[in-house]
Amino acid sequence: MNGTPIFEHRGETCVKVVKRVLAALCVFAMLLPMAAIADDSFSMAHDGFSTSYTYNYDYWGDVQMSPDAYRVSAVIDSTTLGLENLDGKRLMKPQGLFVRDQDLYIADTGNNRIVQVHFDGRDFAFVRAISEISGCENNTFNSPYDVFVDQEYNIYVADYGNFRVVMFDKDLNWLKEFVKPEDATFDQNLDFLPKKITVDVAGRLYVLANNVNKGFVKYESDTVFTGFIGANKVSVNMGAYIWKRYFQTKEQRAASESFVPTEYENLYMDKDGFIYATNTVFSEYDLKSDAAKPIRCLNGIGNDILVKNDRYPPIGDLWWISESVPYGPSKMTDITVLDNEIYVTVDRTRGRLFGYDSQGIMLWAFGTKGNVDGAFTSPIGIEHMGYDLLVLDQLENSVTVFSPTEYGMMIYNAIETYLRGEYDASAELWQDVMRLNANYPLAFRGIGRALLRQDKYKEAMDYFEKAHDRQNYGRAFKLYRKEWVEANIWWIVIVLAVLLAVPLTLKRIKRTKWEVMMYENSTVHKAG
Amino acid sequence: MRTAQFTKQAETNVKAEKRKAWWSRYKSTLRYALHVITHPFDGFWDLAHENKGSLAAANTFLFLFLLTRVLKLMCTSFQFISAPVQHINLFEETFSLLIPFLVLCLANWAMTTLFDGKGRFKDIYIAMCYALVPYVMIQLLMIVVSNMITFEEGSFYNVMLGFSVVWCVFLAFVGLMQVHDYSPLKTAIFLIVTVVGACVILFLVLVFFSLLSDAAGYFISMYREIVYRLY
Repeated sequence: MNGTPIFEHRGETCVKVVKRVLAALCVFAMLLPMAAIADDSFSMAHDGFSTSYTYNYDYWGDVQMSPDAYRVSAVIDSTTLGLENLDGKRLMKPQGLFVRDQDLYIADTGNNRIVQVHFDGRDFAFVRAISEISGCENNTFNSPYDVFVDQEYNIYVADYGNFRVVMFDKDLNWLKEFVKPEDATFDQNLDFLPKKITVDVAGRLYVLANNVNKGFVKYESDTVFTGFIGANKVSVNMGAYIWKRYFQTKEQRAASESFVPTEYENLYMDKDGFIYATNTVFSEYDLKSDAAKPIRCLNGIGNDILVKNDRYPPIGDLWWISESVPYGPSKMTDITVLDNEIYVTVDRTRGRLFGYDSQGIMLWAFGTKGNVDGAFTSPIGIEHMGYDLLVLDQLENSVTVFSPTEYGMMIYNAIETYLRGEYDASAELWQDVMRLNANYPLAFRGIGRALLRQDKYKEAMDYFEKAHDRQNYGRAFKLYRKEWVEANIWWIVIVLAVLLAVPLTLKRIKRTKWEVMMYENSTVHKAG
Repeated sequence: MRTAQFTKQAETNVKAEKRKAWWSRYKSTLRYALHVITHPFDGFWDLAHENKGSLAAANTFLFLFLLTRVLKLMCTSFQFISAPVQHINLFEETFSLLIPFLVLCLANWAMTTLFDGKGRFKDIYIAMCYALVPYVMIQLLMIVVSNMITFEEGSFYNVMLGFSVVWCVFLAFVGLMQVHDYSPLKTAIFLIVTVVGACVILFLVLVFFSLLSDAAGYFISMYREIVYRLY
């Protein structure tokens, strides 16, 4: 036999191999608990969903981990949509996303088309790819950056490469075009490069165009240009200005950048017609003083009216570890506003989603960079479908769908019931939230407000103190103080009376004593 | 035997007498602070030249000052000061006040000695400690008050805090003037000089410690190197 000598020859080696295997097993056994921990915290939770590292900032700006408010429920990409079977063209560098009712529209920029996807309550199914329209000369798109669909399902496309915003009906018949404004306020040397669009209920179009720093380009519904709205204020540092104005030579001045307002990053119109815009050009030191204003809410005349009632303005991450790889402030690439006035932004620096309520208080933050479901490579757009959030990633060429967890829905329900005016019901919901997350200031505040309405001032004060809510604490305290004084008025009077009377009596006694002594002295002298 | 007992008793009597005297002097010097803060010109003069103050009382005031600072952080209503209790280090809080205080006293003594200031270090220290009394009195009261008023009524609270600080600064100024027998202008100049002197002291201390740590580091690394080579 051939095998026997070989086996004998390798006898020693065999033992070694067995030893090694045993050692490896030992090491593996040691690593198992670690692997279990890593598994638990990283990708898969026990219910099969991936966790999303949800956290929140407390009053001092410290990170407090919280239960997941959202988890990935689906990832839509070329494969799940069956795009390869259709024409072999996978999604390529998509830039824009829009949701109207149950339909999702993706601006597939690299393939010059719009992809429409329908959600039937369970699955996202491909409907059609719009790459041609009828009724006009130039009937194809060239790098469409964004898409908007109005209530009559007319589609607007920011046709970047064709220098126009084109509007067509749902049967793809051309309706109208918005082109470069022939106006003195628009620099005629520049091309009109529409990047992001939104349309209000009256059909007015707002365009975020490349190279335009005067704000959003605004058109009436009859395609007439009516000016700019919401220009960023020019920020000039006094020192820099003096330096530039008085100490630089003409050449230096020409070479250095001039003071110009910055461009926006993205825009979204909420259901009330306010434009929410994000801005990513600012210096990071302006963030906490609220000079940077990375998130804005513009009213009809372009003023920022975003409510900021928290200790920190809505700026995304408050701090980041120095020398960490994605270093720097959060850069909000897109924003969406839910029907309950909660707005959610997506950050491209660390791939995070930040949710804020209408008072500018952070509800939760989650998300990261990476390749697992729920992590992003380069998030570019965010939309919502009901409470679900859809995030478009331009490098992964996918849309990640997040659905709220029980905890996330509880927060929404509590906020909505409060907005409806059902304060007691809201407090009960906040109690549930508090049971799941004891580090949630909003829950304390919500409970405190209900207690205040029930005239339980002392308890309300405790909750407001936990939430660090000075205004409401003051309100509760004032009432509590009034009640306390009314209840203890007699004690107060008695204590005050005693405080006044005792020194007076003592003085009186001393004086009487002294007088008696003087009298006795005088009588003694007389007698003497 | 009996005599020994008697002498012992006499000794204890003397001790008790001494203690009693010390206590009465301590109490009177404590009470004297009220006179000093209300009549600073007379008060500080007598403090320095008539021996009306005592080191024990001065130490007490300094201790109370530090205690007030800590109590202020811990007990003021959260509406006015919300200290991050989880991050506070009491030693840091107290020493960040105590050390500058002592360094400033030292710098003032060092500078004024050169320019015919009459005060000894002890006099300066006592005067400065007595100048802290309004801070202690008002701020301790304000800690209680802060828990009785709301955020909207806070202007009263803030005014009182500011008032206590202004009073203290005024007292310190007058105190230095009287202790050194300086004119107001000279005192003002020497306040600035004192700050500069304190900076120099801190600089020297920093240099000293950095050199010390460098030297220590040198020997430690040499030891490590030797150990590394030998094994």
